[in-house]
Order: sequence, then C-alpha cells, then structure tokens
Amino acid sequence: MFGKPSRTGRTLQYVALTGYLIFLGFPLVWLLSTAFKPPRELVKLHPTLIPSNPTVQNFVQAFTEQQLGRAALNSLQVSLASAVLTVLVALPASYALARFRTKLGTVALGWVLLSQLFPFVLLIIPIFLILRQVGLANTHAGLVLIYVVWALPFALWMLQGFVRNIPRELEEAASVDGASRLQVLRRVVFPLLAPGIVATALFSFISAWNEFFFALVLVKTPELATLPVALARFVGIEGTARLGPLAAGSLLATLPSLIFFAVMQRRLSSGSLAGAVKG
Amino acid sequence: MTTVADRPDVARADGPRRARSRSDRLGIYLLLLPSLLPIVVLSVFPLVRGIYLGFTDARAGRNVEISFTGLANYRELLGDELFWNSFKIGLLWAVGVTVLQFVLALGLALLLNQQLRFRGLARVLAVVPWAMPPVVVGILWKLVYHPDAGLLNEFFHRVGADGLRTNWLGDFSTALPAVILVGVWAGMPQTTVVLLAGLQGVPRELHEAAAVDGASTWHRFRNVTLPAIAPVVVAITSLDFIWNFNSFGLVYVLTAGGPGGKTMLPMLFAYEEAFRYGNYGYAAALGNVMVVIIVALLAVYLRRRLREAN
Repeated sequence: MFGKPSRTGRTLQYVALTGYLIFLGFPLVWLLSTAFKPPRELVKLHPTLIPSNPTVQNFVQAFTEQQLGRAALNSLQVSLASAVLTVLVALPASYALARFRTKLGTVALGWVLLSQLFPFVLLIIPIFLILRQVGLANTHAGLVLIYVVWALPFALWMLQGFVRNIPRELEEAASVDGASRLQVLRRVVFPLLAPGIVATALFSFISAWNEFFFALVLVKTPELATLPVALARFVGIEGTARLGPLAAGSLLATLPSLIFFAVMQRRLSSGSLAGAVKG
Repeated sequence: MTTVADRPDVARADGPRRARSRSDRLGIYLLLLPSLLPIVVLSVFPLVRGIYLGFTDARAGRNVEISFTGLANYRELLGDELFWNSFKIGLLWAVGVTVLQFVLALGLALLLNQQLRFRGLARVLAVVPWAMPPVVVGILWKLVYHPDAGLLNEFFHRVGADGLRTNWLGDFSTALPAVILVGVWAGMPQTTVVLLAGLQGVPRELHEAAAVDGASTWHRFRNVTLPAIAPVVVAITSLDFIWNFNSFGLVYVLTAGGPGGKTMLPMLFAYEEAFRYGNYGYAAALGNVMVVIIVALLAVYLRRRLREAN
C-alpha cells in the first residue's frame, strides 16, 4: 500500500509486528501452560514457560472438585435456551423490518444505539425487582429472559440484514408461479436465511455464555451459577496450587466462542447468495 | 451510524411507495410484537424506572416504602469523597484504555494491511482476546501478574531485573496501570478489525497519485489515509469509550476494586452500593450521573471532530 519501503523500514515493521505478537500471544501461551502443569511445577520458585511434565489432571480436578462441570451444564442450558428463543422471537420481526418500511423499525434500531449508553446499574435494579415480583429471581428462566432481551436488538439488526440480502425478485418469482405467501416463506426465504439464522443463534449463544454481570446479580444459589460466575468465585479461593484447575476451567470456558469465531469467519465470507439474481 | 446509512436502502427495497392497507399494517405489527413487547417490558421500562429510582431513597428489602427525594442523592454524591475518587479512576481508566487501544490498534492494523510474513498468525492472535469471556481474560492476566507464579515476574527474573518484580495487582502504584493494560489487551482486537476494514476501503489510486507527487510515507499517512478513515475512527473510539466507561467484569475479577480502592471503577462502586449496602436509590443516581457525563464528553469530542472535518 505504501509502495516498496526501504530495508530499514521493513526491519522496523517486523520489529513492531514481533512486539505485537509477544503482547498478544504470550498471555495465551501462559494460560495454556498453566492449565497443563502438575501442582509441583506450579508452586516451583521459578516457573517455566513450557511444562516439563504436562498433565490433564487439572481438567479432571476442575470438573470434580470445583463443580465447574455443573456450572458448565448450567451455562449450556441457559445459552441454548437463549439462542433458540432469540431466533424464534426475532425471525418475524426481522422479516417485517427488512421488507416493510415502518417508523417502528427506525425506533427499534435507534434503541440499539441508545441502550449502549446506559450503564447496567440503571437496568439491573428494576429488572431484579420485576423478576422478584413474578417469582423469576434466582432462576435460570429469569436469566434466559434477560439474555433474550439483551441479545434481541443486535439479533434483529443482524437478521434483517440477512433478509434484505435475499433478493425480492426470488419471492416475487415464486408467487407468480402460484406459491402462497406461506409457501414462499417456507420454500424460498427460510432455506436462504439458514446461514443468517445460524449466525444469529450463535451470536446469542455466545453473548449468554460469556455474560457475567446479570448472572452474578440475578442468580444467588451456588448450584445454579453459570460458568463465568463459578470461575470468578474460584478465583477467590486461589492458592498457587489451585491455579492449574482455574486455568483449565478458563480454557474450557473459551472453547465455544473460539469455535463461534472460526465458524463465522467462513460463513460470513461464503456469500452463498451471489449469483441468485443476474444483472 | 449503520441505521442512518441503511435508510436509503430500505426506501429502495420498498420500491415506489404504495398506500398500505389497514390489514397489511396490522400484519406488520403482529410480526413485530413478539420482539417489541419483551424489549419494552424488560429494557425500556426498567431503564425509565432506573432513572426514576435515582431520585428516590429506594433501599433493598421487601415492602420498603419508596419516596421521592428529588436531588438529595446528588447532593450526597457531591460530598462523597469515595464517589469522586472512583469517578477520577473511571475517567483515567476509560480515557487511558480508549487512547492506548486506538493507537496500538491503528499500528497493528497498518501492519496487517501490508504484505508481511506472519500476517496470518498475527490476524488470528489479534482476534482471540475478543473471543474470550471477560472473566477469563481477567483470570488469564491474574496468572500473568501473579507475584510468585506469574509470567511477568519470572521474565524480570530471567533478564536479571529482579528489582522490578512486584505484586502488580496488589501494589498501590502499579494496580491501575496494570489493569489498564489488560483493558487495552482485551479491547484491541475489535478496534483493530474495524480500523483494518476502514484501511482496506481507502482507494489505492489516492496513494499512488500521492506517491507519484513525491509525498513521503508520513505525509501520505497524514493527508491520505487518516482523512479517509476519519469517520471509522470517530465511530470506534466513541463506542470504545462508552464500553470502557461502563465496563465491569474484567476489573471485578482482576482486583475487585482493590487495593485500597485504587481500581474502584464507577461501575464497581455502584455495584457495591446497590448489592452490598442495598442503597438502590443512591446507586441509580450514580448511574444517572455517569450517563450525563458520558453524553457530555462524547458531545465535546464529536463536535471537535466535526469542526475539524469542515
């Protein structure tokens, strides 16, 4: 882009890039290394970057002793329910937003941006009071409800973008061929919308899986805690030997989002609609 | 921003405007209802109520009478040294993280936009922190900063600088900078990706023309690249600032506001007020003050950028 830089310029660029790689990469390597270190190596006076006797014991321990297995199951339940519910609720609205011009749509999208401004503290107290009133405080159902509402604005915005990418001509052609409105939706729109539905579901799954603040405040029973909350409690009882299972649990908590990002990169760039309309 | 950019599209997709029948409109509202109802009940309503609570003496506990107290909470906030302290820390944190994030992300995006080796690896590494739950980022850096078993102290030992070893998160003077560095690490990926997308939208011809005219690399950056990506820069720095000012989970795990309140961000302070001491009204008032401050700071920032653009 800047033409051919001089030799010193190139060298400086590589020095800078190396700096970035170290800054971004080493903490990750350290997490990996800690997760596979046996307790004896963890308490050593001078720890090493690569464990000399790698072990999976930490992973076993994280699940059996610290109830992280239970927390992971809780997280899975809550995140799956949020993802399914978000898509179901957002699907009709996003179709309406993409295909019809309504003031309501503008208002809803404006709310996405506006709601970013407000700190959670303003929301959490009234939400807590509402949930307590209807008996959903300290339940997974209450948490799911909040996650759906929280993911909805962005999910709507994302899904309606996918709907808009489906050429109107395809729908019109199908109805000219005699398909009913419902058949058009089922045979034309939904199949083409599949990547968008997957992306939206994944997005709401991940935002629920990673969420911490609401889960911390709204769920008090330890047996119901989600994975981030359980991990944060685990931090509180650290001793040097405990760092291994803590790192192991953290690694496992990251896996879903890593998979999400890997999938999304391919899905979003695949452009499955290219060529559907000529001209 | 996207909303505004998208509007002409909607108009086009709709074709020539047709008068819409009453049943059509009913159908549209029926489609929108399942989404709008939960948003109104569990997002708009709580927010309005939250703002209102900031003007009351609401406290935790069932069957507590709530009465309107006007500006009493704000008068109390004005005289609350802990609040001012936390507010200062919050500003230092939000401005520090946003600025460092932007500068580092711009550097990385410029590098990634070149034909360099290891670019693929850097791209992957640049996205990973984004994929991590904030709690895990906190734990990860706790391991790096750990006084005995941490990577950083061990590094200083290996290079023979044992004097620099310290309890990074526990020391009064290093805690805030250490936490800011984590904030930068966690937020850099998103900023980098956005800036990179902006850079890739800069037309090649502009650069080539400037190069033919003999402009130096710096001049081309200053006069071609920077103006071209200015809208993206303003958008992402504004969003980063809002997100950073409202951030909670990361620092909660790293220090929980300690040592001695040195990293007590406003959000942590409000959380403690509300859920440790049960002062709902006071915490909500704090939230209101934060919104007003964020809006005011953003207004100043956006106005200056707008004036520069003209």
